[in-house]
Amino acid sequence: MSSQNTYNYKVVRQFAVMTVVWGIVGMLVGVIIAAQLIWPDLNLAPWLSYGRLRPLHTNAVVFAFGGCGLFACSYYVVQRTSQVRLFSDALAAFTFWGWQLVIVLAAITLPLGYTTAKEYAELEWPVDILITLVWVAYAVVFFGTIAKRRVKHIYVANWFFGAFVLTIALLHVVNSAEIPVSFWKSYSAYAGVQDAMVQWWYGHNAVGFFLTAGFLGIMYYFIPKQAERPVYSYRLSVVHFWALIFTYMWAGPHHLQYTALPDWTQSLGMIFSLILLAPSWGGMINGVMTLSGAWHKLRTDPILKFLVTSLSFYGMSTFEGPMMSIKTVNALSHYTDWTIGHVHSGALGWVAMVTIGAIYYLIPRLFGRQEMHSVKLINLHFWVATIGVVLYIAAMWIAGVMQGLMWRAVNPDGTLTYTFAEVVKEMYPYYTVRLVGGLMFLSGMLIMAWNVWKTAAGQRAVDDAKIPDLALANA
Amino acid sequence: MDIVYLLVPLSVVLAFIIGGVFWWAVRRGQFEDLEGPAHRIIMDDDRPEQ
Repeated sequence: MSSQNTYNYKVVRQFAVMTVVWGIVGMLVGVIIAAQLIWPDLNLAPWLSYGRLRPLHTNAVVFAFGGCGLFACSYYVVQRTSQVRLFSDALAAFTFWGWQLVIVLAAITLPLGYTTAKEYAELEWPVDILITLVWVAYAVVFFGTIAKRRVKHIYVANWFFGAFVLTIALLHVVNSAEIPVSFWKSYSAYAGVQDAMVQWWYGHNAVGFFLTAGFLGIMYYFIPKQAERPVYSYRLSVVHFWALIFTYMWAGPHHLQYTALPDWTQSLGMIFSLILLAPSWGGMINGVMTLSGAWHKLRTDPILKFLVTSLSFYGMSTFEGPMMSIKTVNALSHYTDWTIGHVHSGALGWVAMVTIGAIYYLIPRLFGRQEMHSVKLINLHFWVATIGVVLYIAAMWIAGVMQGLMWRAVNPDGTLTYTFAEVVKEMYPYYTVRLVGGLMFLSGMLIMAWNVWKTAAGQRAVDDAKIPDLALANA
Repeated sequence: MDIVYLLVPLSVVLAFIIGGVFWWAVRRGQFEDLEGPAHRIIMDDDRPEQ
């Protein structure tokens, strides 16, 4: 079974299926906390309270849903483009089970209140160590596979995946440096503003390399494959990669505008954020233009709709992000729900949609089918999800700008026009629209789960996908 | 802000490492052909057998 003439589809299949499962779990928690913001009475117990469920939501959607999607796609892409089986089946299996254990531990410890209180890095030190072990194994499997590749050229998607694997390792180790005082309690190795700087150096680059570089790797493989056309400009994709990774590292301080961080650091963060617009849009245009001459496929192929729409949201949020990092704009947007809207235009519109498209591409191939059980249901999923995202981000834009304007409104005598609670009260309609949008996105995932189940049920799992002859590989 | 004494050197070292990898890639001829690789992945037939 572990013959070197076949690809390792088993680990790809495991991660692909769990992507759907964790997507539902993570988005369900998101819907619950969205409802809690409308009806605070839903904070039924300490372990069901907003403060504990919110990090569970972010960890579940980013690291469980997004993470499993990245594992699945990167393992598939690195094998198919290198024309070789994964470096080690045992280590690959370890990354799967280890990662699931991390997720389960997160799902237990976060509701119990064990947290480092560092955003997107809330998990306590024993889990941090487990993450490190899994990540080292991931790096060994991924780069080991690259090293034994039978195709001389390393396809651009693998460059993006490689940068994502290495950078996340570095970010995780530096940011999670902490001093344990008991089994479930530790203190950060840094203090005060230093800690904030490290945290957002981590936080923003995690967005940059986990949620951007990794998913761009997915984009550069699955859009050309699904459209059956080569990427618009391979040259541009290479420039895109190097430009992105050279400029990403210093955008983090834009999360700390108008804080105790030195002013020059804030300005530096803003400038680097603005520079990022260029490579981001270069990549977005490259992906979309791949369809030039084949636009008609968008009419009939809902998987392609998911992939291309995800790029539109990528373009929108990578324009919005640099704009929000400009200090004068940030003075209005900081701490408001505009930020939440921005995050979700990236997370739902870009990350989730490109992942969903890629998983729809993979599932039939992993279960020996020509296509998904129902293409119509993919189309339904697409529309439910797209309308859900639009409702979500439009509601948060209005809510955020309204909050920003009401908070800064002053009377002629210099006192504040509105109390905080008055602003909160104005949010009800927008929070309700946001909940509807979230519910729609979640129902889309349930449609997907049904479709995946019907596609896989009774099918033989493909474990004998032959690696083509070398002669063909180098043709 | 002593932390910049860690983060700035880290970024500079990283930039040099990225530069090194880029140099390696150029020397190994990774960018000799910037057309073929795009077509090669399309030619890889990954559809399951009927």
